Amino acid sequence: MEKEIIYELKSLYRDHLRITGYHFGGNQKTVAIAGAFRGNEIQQLYICSQIVKALKKLERDGRVSSEKGILILPSANHYGMNIGKRFWAVDNTDINRMFPGYDLGETTQRIADGIFRAVKDYEYGIHFTSFYIPGNYVPHVRMMKTGFEDVELAKKFGLPYVMIRDITPFDTTTLNYNWQIWETKAFSLYTKETDRIDLVSANQAIEAVLRFLHDRGCIDYPTYGGFLSRKVTEDMIEIVKTDNAGLFRCLVDIETNVKAGEILAEIVDPYEGHVISRVLAPCDGMVFFHHDEPLVYQNTIAFQMIRMEASYV
Amino acid sequence: MIEKVASSMLPVDEEFRIQKNSIHSQASDANQKRICIVTGTHGDELEGQYVCYEVQRRLQENLQHLKGIVDIYPALNPLGVDTITRGVPKFDLDMNRIFPGNTEGTMVEYAAAKIIEDMSGADMVIDIHASNIFLKEIPQVRINEMCQETLVPYAKRLNIDYIWIHSAATVLESTLAHSLNMTGTPCLVVEMGVGMRITREYGNQLTDGIFTLMKDLGIWDGPVTEPKEPIVSTDGNVSYLNAAYSGIFVSCVEHWINVKKGEKIGEIVDPLTGALLEEVLSPVTGVLFTLREYPVVYEGSLVGRILERD
Repeated sequence: MEKEIIYELKSLYRDHLRITGYHFGGNQKTVAIAGAFRGNEIQQLYICSQIVKALKKLERDGRVSSEKGILILPSANHYGMNIGKRFWAVDNTDINRMFPGYDLGETTQRIADGIFRAVKDYEYGIHFTSFYIPGNYVPHVRMMKTGFEDVELAKKFGLPYVMIRDITPFDTTTLNYNWQIWETKAFSLYTKETDRIDLVSANQAIEAVLRFLHDRGCIDYPTYGGFLSRKVTEDMIEIVKTDNAGLFRCLVDIETNVKAGEILAEIVDPYEGHVISRVLAPCDGMVFFHHDEPLVYQNTIAFQMIRMEASYV
Repeated sequence: MIEKVASSMLPVDEEFRIQKNSIHSQASDANQKRICIVTGTHGDELEGQYVCYEVQRRLQENLQHLKGIVDIYPALNPLGVDTITRGVPKFDLDMNRIFPGNTEGTMVEYAAAKIIEDMSGADMVIDIHASNIFLKEIPQVRINEMCQETLVPYAKRLNIDYIWIHSAATVLESTLAHSLNMTGTPCLVVEMGVGMRITREYGNQLTDGIFTLMKDLGIWDGPVTEPKEPIVSTDGNVSYLNAAYSGIFVSCVEHWINVKKGEKIGEIVDPLTGALLEEVLSPVTGVLFTLREYPVVYEGSLVGRILERD
């Protein structure tokens, strides 16, 4: 293993920001793995740390390729993480909205440029990221429909679902999109949590990455288990929104199969305690995402369901 | 007449609402033209608040000259304006990156869709932004190069100092202005002043221009001033000054002055060691139209912009 500082930024009074890369294996640029680019992505940081730990052990056991190389960047915005801020704390910009970066630009553009220079020539790119709406997801691989997406390869992770979604204008400045434009096969991995560590889904993600690295010949780590991933597209997802606001009492967990009309959550009057609204399943299906905060706004996406008929496709 | 453009319930005893004041002429002409004055998309940009007030003050004193409809939207992001938050609190979203919105989406996406629905078909929309808290800007209109033919003639009537025609960027396709311009409702984006402050002089200057434009459009027939002749440029004429060191920036020139190539704009210093880290020099001869207000800088922080001119 080689540990190197791939980008460093001096601050006025704080310690330098150091973005650290861990390199395993040979000189070929095979797989790059990016972790927490936001200050609240604790789960993503934890997962990367455990992958580094696992690879160190495999390296000691002589089971890492001497030709194919792996680069892991566990964290980019620990300046934010150390003070409890999701985005770059000075100007609230998002490093994952600054790619491909610009070395003569503003601070977060320079950080993105430093990261992208380190990861852009890899054959495969994996980013542990998080959604802007707070909530829990069934672990899955997410890909944008750029024309470069490779669904069959995404299934090699062995996670339950591979989600394909359309591109929106703001996606064009993410790492995943720019990786694909620079011909890296890119995958975003979502697990259940973001600002807390969920051991079960974290372990599932770690195993998924090791399975992929084995499949690509980077490590010798034959694994058992894993899922026959199902491809999910946006038209198979049923969005369930709240029709009122209040205290949110969620009654089902992710991965639960529910029937049409079943109560998914209750919204409780914050002063008088009675139920003011029930969130009902609009169809038979499986809970793919749920809101996980104790308060809920009106028109909030409380659940995303994969429709039952769609889940058999 | 105060109207609700979009509303949703918040969890505890509060309604989220985006409001406008729709001011109509006394005549009952069904074909009246309409202008929308919009601001408060970013909660820390307050320059437009004064303009909304001043436009209404002048209108109410001379309503007999109003021949159309003036819709004033002072706060597209009311939670942000009331809490000194640039984005939408709790959503981690820049509201000017979610247009045209979605009536089936989240509360903010829904609100964005209702805003577009409400403004669509207007004869002109003026979307007023201040700079953020870091930079001070002269009154200017920024126009996507794709819309320059349509918008530059309008912008020249707005009594601003500068028109910046910038290149198209995919990420900007999710702004209010782009969404309106692409669907046939002309929208001018004004940038002026600095975040969290009001520059009365700039507000009055822009208000004069709004009345001139309203007169051109047939919405106003009262007296107006002849607008300034703005400088018009493209990206190629703009030089950026980015800090080479993290430290404290102390300017040594005024904003909106002519500078020569090599002239000192300011210094970046280290108060801990007493070191002068960088002398920030102008790379070109031109006009300093953006200048940093907030002193703390990191490597890369924007310190100023200069429009190259002989």
